[in-house]
Amino acid sequence: MLFFSFFKTLTNQTVTIELKNDIRIRGTLKSVDQYLNIKLDDVDVLDLDKYPHLSSVKNMFIRGSVVRYVVLPRSEVDVGLLEDATRREAANQAGKAR
Amino acid sequence: MFTTAAQLLDLTDKKLVLVLRDGRKLIGVLRSWDQFANLVLQDTVERLYAGNLYADIPRGIFLVRGENVLLLGEIDLDREDELPTTVQRASFQEVFELKQKEEERRKGNDKKRHGKLRGLGFEAEHSGEILF
Repeated sequence: MLFFSFFKTLTNQTVTIELKNDIRIRGTLKSVDQYLNIKLDDVDVLDLDKYPHLSSVKNMFIRGSVVRYVVLPRSEVDVGLLEDATRREAANQAGKAR
Repeated sequence: MFTTAAQLLDLTDKKLVLVLRDGRKLIGVLRSWDQFANLVLQDTVERLYAGNLYADIPRGIFLVRGENVLLLGEIDLDREDELPTTVQRASFQEVFELKQKEEERRKGNDKKRHGKLRGLGFEAEHSGEILF
């Protein structure tokens, strides 16, 4: 659940999402759920001419399973904190396994 | 609220464009859904795109299994008729034939690329799952 929590800290930030079919969408991250489905507001589709069906879309729900990358604002990511959280989670998992 | 249900709740009864994994674009009103993003769309129209043309096909009610959903976009009703000038409406027949030709070309290209990749010891990208 670490990445779910991580994405929750990024709500209301502007992110760019690249889908597995190469569409890139920039928008405000409105919410995320346990499957990492993502809701974006004020969407802006890069290379819109290639995807005319998305021209009048204002907000969208993207299924987590089709996302390839999420590009995040560098300033909003505390890498140190994320590393610590990862190790804590790993330690918890190891504790549970025993 | 951070659940699938909460995310889909504000899209209920709105006019949406649904893009499926096989590349189909459906435009309709979202009436029902569940936690897997299984969806029911009403008054659905399938919009077929090929080259710089498009055509609409009336379809009716759709129940879509969640795994086939790529994305769901709410249509801005004030801007819905402002299609980019690069696409023009045409007859179904015309768009369908053009689309078939495009598909054939794409399949041929994919086959060639996959053959070459396999020769180099690579498995092609999304070989298990097709995405458009």
